[in-house]
Amino acid sequence: MKLLIKNGRLVDPHSRVDDTVDIQIDGSVIQNIQPRLEPEKGCRVIDAAGLVVCPGFVDMHVHLREPGNENKETIQSGVEAAVHGGFTSVACMPNTKPVNDNRSVTEYIIARARKCGLANVFPVAAISMGLEGKNITEMADLAAGGAVGFSDDGRCVMSADLIRKALEYCRMLDLPIIEHPEDHSISGEGLVNEGLISYKYGMRGILNAAEEVIVARDIILQDRIRSRLHLTHISTSRAVELIRDAKSNGIPVTADATPHHLLLNEEKITTYDTVYKVKPPLRTEADRLGLVEGVRDGTIDCIASDHAPHTRDEKDKEFEYAPFGAIGLESTVSVIYDRLVRTRIISLNRMVELMSTNPARILNLKDRGQVTRGKPADLTVLDLNRRFSIHEAAFRSKANNCPFLKWEGMGKVAFTIVGGKVVYASGD
Amino acid sequence: METSGFNQRHLLGIDHLSASEIDLILDTADSFVEVSTRNIKKVPALKGRTVVNLFFENSTRTRSSFEIAAKRLSADLINFNSSVSSLKKGESLKDTVLTLEAMNPHIIVIRHSAAGAPRYLTTFARSCIVNAGDGFHEHPTQALLDALTIRQRFGKLRGLKIAVVGDILHSRVARSNLILHQKMGNPVNLVGPPSLVPLEFERMGARVFYDLKAGVKDVDIVMMLRVQEERGAGNYFPSIREYRRLFEINAEVFATAAPDAIIMHPGPLNRDVEIETSLADSDRSVILQQVNNGIAVRMAVLYLLKGESNEAAH
Amino acid sequence: MEEKTKAKIMDSRKMERAFARMSMEILERNRDAGSLALIGIQTKGVFVARRIRAQIQALEKVELPLGILDITLFRDDLHLQEHHPKVEKTEIDFSVENRHIVLIDDVVFTGRTIRAAMDSIFELGRPASIQLAVFIDRGHRELPICPDFKGKYLPTARRERVNVMLKEVDGSDQVLIMEPTRF
Repeated sequence: MKLLIKNGRLVDPHSRVDDTVDIQIDGSVIQNIQPRLEPEKGCRVIDAAGLVVCPGFVDMHVHLREPGNENKETIQSGVEAAVHGGFTSVACMPNTKPVNDNRSVTEYIIARARKCGLANVFPVAAISMGLEGKNITEMADLAAGGAVGFSDDGRCVMSADLIRKALEYCRMLDLPIIEHPEDHSISGEGLVNEGLISYKYGMRGILNAAEEVIVARDIILQDRIRSRLHLTHISTSRAVELIRDAKSNGIPVTADATPHHLLLNEEKITTYDTVYKVKPPLRTEADRLGLVEGVRDGTIDCIASDHAPHTRDEKDKEFEYAPFGAIGLESTVSVIYDRLVRTRIISLNRMVELMSTNPARILNLKDRGQVTRGKPADLTVLDLNRRFSIHEAAFRSKANNCPFLKWEGMGKVAFTIVGGKVVYASGD
Repeated sequence: METSGFNQRHLLGIDHLSASEIDLILDTADSFVEVSTRNIKKVPALKGRTVVNLFFENSTRTRSSFEIAAKRLSADLINFNSSVSSLKKGESLKDTVLTLEAMNPHIIVIRHSAAGAPRYLTTFARSCIVNAGDGFHEHPTQALLDALTIRQRFGKLRGLKIAVVGDILHSRVARSNLILHQKMGNPVNLVGPPSLVPLEFERMGARVFYDLKAGVKDVDIVMMLRVQEERGAGNYFPSIREYRRLFEINAEVFATAAPDAIIMHPGPLNRDVEIETSLADSDRSVILQQVNNGIAVRMAVLYLLKGESNEAAH
Repeated sequence: MEEKTKAKIMDSRKMERAFARMSMEILERNRDAGSLALIGIQTKGVFVARRIRAQIQALEKVELPLGILDITLFRDDLHLQEHHPKVEKTEIDFSVENRHIVLIDDVVFTGRTIRAAMDSIFELGRPASIQLAVFIDRGHRELPICPDFKGKYLPTARRERVNVMLKEVDGSDQVLIMEPTRF
């Protein structure tokens, strides 16, 4: 099966291209990229005039909930949501039931995802057995089974000794340790950002320091170990500064931020709407601006949604009792384009870097995050001139806990192509 | 006929009220104080209406006060008590309220340990919602009864200086009073150890003091908060013994307040912990008057909330 | 609702005479002024009651106790109101127990206000009797209530309104019939 994408504007930071080209796909790989290609006989043609063709977007932090919490999301509904939102690859976190701390779970996830045949699913395995923070997992075996990184996401590795050992051990695997930076002894039972708003609205707070002390700790450890450390869902401007300093001192560290931390601040919680209950909490406007600056200047390497589906009943509760988390697979591309690129805070090229090139590089996905001859044909095609509006009815995800519901703006996913197959086309 | 000009369907917090609405509640409460002096302390104003007391925290005082208030207005009353722990295991708050609403109550009075729970109810319930205390957030009827007591004593609610002393961080009474007095333009001092009085409250217009004497100097009203033993366990302060040494109000410290200053306490008292027992019983203490005013203020709130007009009228 | 004056029914002289006559009748009916008390219904009834008390004081040299009654909480239509009406003060600082009470209002119309007032008084105690004095009886009763003393009987249409104006509140003494400009 051949597919020719004609007249599209290709934006691929990996090969430093921003030009109108035709892309010929043969089977699952990219066969040719030329200014002008004529369709062979029997070849399907997509006219991408006026559209932007990007290397397939990679969301390096999602929760697919399967196995164990299929009432919230399944691998099937999760990858449907992914391709609907323009993601060709997702990395899923290990806090499933059972925890992805052994090879059989990793392989189960990969097998299930392959059956779905939509987005590529790359499991992130646990750092510690049962996410308990005591004993490290069989990382080499997990890597052999297909794990692309290690994280105790949802919990921080509180033992400095354990994170040291994990960073050291996985150095031989060339895979990242993905830290959820939160000092639980500081955050405790906290619900929202600690500050004037938490005091006024009577909710237990989570200090910025809960994140920053772990970021600082891990950077200091990493200075000696020189393994691969990735700090996920950074939310405070001080944490951005710490990472900026680390990078300028040559310490290997990478980081991501979520769309909700980049676009929303703590004032959202004053109505006690649980859709804004996320961890880390939405921070102050100053933090938000610091984070955006980090995305702009390269301190933050990727944007990841931290897609965390919950059922409607679980979120329809007193703020205190609702679970943390928001979904983002089906809103991230549009809201980031509209609010960061269209407003000229970052360039389109930078957005592609943040959402494809860099996450692929960080997860060591050597074939992804690029549009190159001979590599898998994973493409995200955007229509920047079409209006979007985020609404629940369109979601493929089982959940609706999206903080961007009712948002409108410009920029929609037109096609999602995975392995040469059009798995989503708008207007479907 | 002059309507009350009270346009609130719910009482979620002092934050949502204007100064004139607060005045109106207190004026109305004055009328209900008179009702409470009658032989038959009952008026038929809410006859045929149902009030549900939905309490998820133990609070005999507030619950009984609402109960008496509802009964003096001739409303039918349902008491529904549940511990939050059993709720967490079983039925959700939403299901509980929807079940109660099958009985067509007009007003639901809710006490809950989670901040924002009353507001959450307004997203789906048809009844008027009255916040009887939500977590550390607000306790509006307490602040209103405090205000009524202050007004009775000073003949006014404006141009007064207030000190609130104790665990500000975990006190809904402190928040509601702080907001109320700011709406009245009254300066508020917050006094306590730094671990319980975050400096951020100064950004809400209060002044923060760590020294009791400095904090109550020249104020007209000293409002003491109950100190909870478990805060000591949370390392907010080392021991009750040390807390008492620093923040117990006694006659000597109280003497530095304004000459006709009063002392208030939302109860229940920890005698000789946050307040010297002789001071609690002195003529400068209005603690019992506060309790009495609680009924009148709650009657006023139940009376004023803007219900849906009865279908029979149409 | 906008309204306009349809007719002026009484001027200050006529009203003066009516107040004098009503006061006289009250005294005639109640030989023992010592057990008598007046209760005016908020708001206009209170001013009517003060006029009557002043007249009685001039005639008999007794100062009758005067109570103020707000009947809002006893209204039979509260459940029909979206906004509850403002509650005014009730001030009755004497015991109604075994007293002869003259209940006073400016106008009697359906009789529902008087019913509410009587219920309210009974919550305060058991009076020996309740008599009703109104300045204007405009008809249209919906309850078996009949004033014992009245300044004037004034047949009206239902949609009209009787405005008893008193100089201490309205600047002049007069009684007007008002009618809506549109209906």
